[in-house]
Amino acid sequence: MPEWWTYTLSDFLLFSPRTYYRLIERHNAAVWPWQIMTLGLGLATAGLLLHRAPWQGRLVSGVLAALWSWVAWSFVWRRYAVINWAATYLTGLYVVEVLLLLWAGVVRGALSFRWSRDAAGATGLALLLLSLGVYPLLAPLAGRGWRQSEIFGVVPDPTVLAPVGLLLLVEGAPPWRLLIAPVLWCAVSGATLLALGSPEAWILVPAVLLPLGAAAARGRR
Amino acid sequence: MIRAMAMAAAAALLRPLSARALTAPVTRPIPSSGERLPVVGLGTWITFNVGDDPELRDECAAVMRAFFREGGRVIDSSPMYGSSQEVIGDGLGRLGRPPDLFSADKVWTSSGAGGPAQIEESRSSWRVPRFDLLQVHNLLAWEEHLPDLLAMKAEGRVRYVGITTSEGRRHREVEEIMASRPIDFVQITYNAVDRAVERRILPLARDRGIAVLVNRPFRQGALIRHVERHRLPSWSGEIGAASWAQLLLKFIVSHPAVTCAIPATAKVAHVVENMRAGAGVFPEPAMRRRIAAHIERL
Repeated sequence: MPEWWTYTLSDFLLFSPRTYYRLIERHNAAVWPWQIMTLGLGLATAGLLLHRAPWQGRLVSGVLAALWSWVAWSFVWRRYAVINWAATYLTGLYVVEVLLLLWAGVVRGALSFRWSRDAAGATGLALLLLSLGVYPLLAPLAGRGWRQSEIFGVVPDPTVLAPVGLLLLVEGAPPWRLLIAPVLWCAVSGATLLALGSPEAWILVPAVLLPLGAAAARGRR
Repeated sequence: MIRAMAMAAAAALLRPLSARALTAPVTRPIPSSGERLPVVGLGTWITFNVGDDPELRDECAAVMRAFFREGGRVIDSSPMYGSSQEVIGDGLGRLGRPPDLFSADKVWTSSGAGGPAQIEESRSSWRVPRFDLLQVHNLLAWEEHLPDLLAMKAEGRVRYVGITTSEGRRHREVEEIMASRPIDFVQITYNAVDRAVERRILPLARDRGIAVLVNRPFRQGALIRHVERHRLPSWSGEIGAASWAQLLLKFIVSHPAVTCAIPATAKVAHVVENMRAGAGVFPEPAMRRRIAAHIERL
């Protein structure tokens, strides 16, 4: 890109905040009442952290892979890519993550989740809370109303944050490979929200930086 | 009595005429053909990228309806602008394909071989038989695209050919192309604060007989938001500018090398306001200097 230093975030923005949030509103309306089911699945997945059954890791990984697939197809590919051609390529991140979750979590059974009393455990739990409980409230708090609420398992940002939190709760070394796609998505989405002037940017960007620090701290132990 | 009646009749006849003269868009010729274009057009970056949202598409169609009603002609888009081309095509269909449309689009792909297919896809999205103007977007692979566009022009498949840049990028290359290739249009960024093109590109356009389209007249709205914190100077009325947007637009289109400025908007009130800036009185050089100096101080 010639003269790359002259570009700012807003040079890459293709749509207005109103168009973006109406996209979420129309998606919410189209999939209703799927939101109740996905939130229920999210809470059930969080509850499984307390369950030490041998199939726990496979089930959590399978649920995450299923929800990522659904969000990638129903929102990113079918709706978001219409106003943002870059989203077509970003769908690839979802495909990679789903394959990694299926391979490491479901096929090999290499992921086992457990809450721990350290920085990574606290951060993981905070991210789960943010994804499932706080994110749906952000739209009404920002004055955009409930119809534009971003719900886990329905739109990307909360759906991506939850697995980052869960992956911090994996027993043993942090699964770095599984964190790459969510972190990249959060970086791109955070930059988009910053360019849109959206207050959610100030939640998403730190929410993806904190876990990296927490995972690194756990990795050093 | 007869004299009074004659004066009243004359006033009735003259009033609408002078009102029309004040609201009819000022036009400038495309140097390579002499065809005249209104000095204010319609950009579509961000504002028309609304996907398949029916409510927002209605609003875009309303903006286009008001634009043509006010005498507008030039609509500019690009395959880079997401769904904007589709939304324009939808709007044109609803308006019954306005005959005054001057369709300006771009080729935007790093692959020279991919240019013709992209242009055809764009034409299909716009639902027009052919484009009036095709430009190489931001000089991307211009060495490959420009010969193709010139060949299309020779075959009558497009009427005019041009290049674009924005925000002052690659001006030296733009000048080289303007000086050496038979292009009809150049699209650049120009406004009361981004005035680098006044030094070389605008004079070169006049020398070479190249029409000039102006993008980012309001710096994507940032310039308006900045100046609107201050009171519109009282002397704006001398050139018929009733708002900051009109003052900024009148500054741009009063440059003799400028053919058409293409502000983007999604609001009917704004498109009407913009179009009316392209009518009536324009600032003379002394007033242009006053506008630039005033905005620089804000």
